Amino acid sequence: MSANLSAILYLVSGVLFILALRGLSSPETSRQGNLFGIIGMIIAVTVTFLSVGNFSSGFIYVLIFLAIGGSIGAFIAYRIPMTAMPELVAGFHSLVGLAAVFVAISAFINPSAFNLGTPGNIKLASLIEMAIGAAVGAITFSGSVIAFLKLQGIMSGAPITFKGQHLLNALLLLLIVILTIYLCSTQSANLFWILIAVSFLIGFLIIIPIGGADMPVVISMLNSYSGWAAAGIGFTLENTALIITGALVGSSGAILSYIMCKGMNRSFFNVILGGFGATDQKSQSQNKEQRPVKSGNADDAAFLMKNASSIIIVPGYGMAVAQAQHALREMVDTLKKNDIKVSYAIHPVAGRMPGHMNVLLAEANVPYDEVFELEEINNDFANADVAFVIGANDVTNPVAKTDPQSPIYGMPVLDVEKCKSVLFVKRSLSPGYAGIDNDLFYKENTLMLFADAKKMTEDITKNL
Amino acid sequence: MEIDPFIFRLSIFILSIFVGYYVVWSVTPSLHTPLMSVTNAISSVIIVGAIIAALSGSDGVVFSSSSIYGFLAIILAAVNIFGGFLVTQRMLAMYKKKKKDK
Repeated sequence: MSANLSAILYLVSGVLFILALRGLSSPETSRQGNLFGIIGMIIAVTVTFLSVGNFSSGFIYVLIFLAIGGSIGAFIAYRIPMTAMPELVAGFHSLVGLAAVFVAISAFINPSAFNLGTPGNIKLASLIEMAIGAAVGAITFSGSVIAFLKLQGIMSGAPITFKGQHLLNALLLLLIVILTIYLCSTQSANLFWILIAVSFLIGFLIIIPIGGADMPVVISMLNSYSGWAAAGIGFTLENTALIITGALVGSSGAILSYIMCKGMNRSFFNVILGGFGATDQKSQSQNKEQRPVKSGNADDAAFLMKNASSIIIVPGYGMAVAQAQHALREMVDTLKKNDIKVSYAIHPVAGRMPGHMNVLLAEANVPYDEVFELEEINNDFANADVAFVIGANDVTNPVAKTDPQSPIYGMPVLDVEKCKSVLFVKRSLSPGYAGIDNDLFYKENTLMLFADAKKMTEDITKNL
Repeated sequence: MEIDPFIFRLSIFILSIFVGYYVVWSVTPSLHTPLMSVTNAISSVIIVGAIIAALSGSDGVVFSSSSIYGFLAIILAAVNIFGGFLVTQRMLAMYKKKKKDK
């Protein structure tokens, strides 16, 4: 296959990837978009086979390895529960990162296969691109592994911080730059290995100080990194499909990180430098005195709901943990039979990854046109009779609007307290992730329902 | 004077960042999770590099030091491609509109 034809076909597959993302602008077009993505991938892989043109025994092995990886991937995709989506995405990011590292290593050992020169005499530009691809890939890999372990609960979600952490990270970053410069002048294989090792280390160090509820930012950020790694390799291979895709994914992840940071009213650096819950203990420790709380049972909740004409449900990470989304849908079905208007309000950072709650509700067959984003629904709380908060906490805290001392001051929150009454499902009065007490617990119109989210929802349904 | 082909690739890269920027802002927030899984799947187009690396062995030597890394990368990327697209499809299939018949 001529080089020009394959370059054009790679461009076609890049355009198909753009259309794949474009399709996600609405749920109706999204499935078609995914199909475009699949076609783009098939074109890219086929063109590569044809342009290498080597159908010897190696080709058979490529197909075998492709089948092995493909079946593992398909198996995971069908078995994974929707609540585990953040872990899955983190795990997948790590694979892209590691693949980028492997491709860079292979290109370094055998540059002639990629038309990049000969070992020890690789073209300067290619060497820089290779080093960037390998370094970013390695950071993506080790960072994603840590994110995966934290999300999976194998590693504690608490931020791990130590003295001199930021200085160490800065020095290591500097070291990467110096190593790259030396690598370019000496072409030494040892330097290349050290560069990769240092990058693995820094990916690890960047993610350990970031706590559990900041995971939406971390996952988006790693998404972005995996794109930049792909783009770096794309430059090395002079492949347009990879360059376009890398740029798309890189900017997509960056935008998601931005949206998540905005949802928490925190700067990107503030999140990355880590240690949220640990730093702001002082402002709430003085008002530790016991304040009265009204608590109720499923019966009371069902009574309130039955007499309401409109209800807004506020789901959060707790709903995912308790796997309560199906029970919730059943409750809502019963409510709707009684002609009660029900809608869902989703905060941008609810859950552990962007859009996490939407997927869970979709899984439970909640129609997406009943689910609203913060800005769309926030004014409706004042007119609603009941707000049902299930598994959310900090995103409903009115302190974010009233107390400038509070660490979450300025964060956009759902105006739950404006509802006539608030039902708050929670296991205990313990503060949320940010480590601050939620004023909502103590409001006159709040009824606390202390129970497991799933159990409580089922009980309410029975009582309706 | 001739322009280095690198400049053309850089142009494609920069323009793609802008395309990505506008396309991703138009993605509805409720589909942000599928967005992440599909970007994950398409970034595995890095498999083209893995295939070139895997087929770089000379005649008769399928597994050389460089092609082994290629084969490993093929497995990793293939997990991602199949896993990423399929899980996206599974998620998107769940997004349904309210039924009109009440």
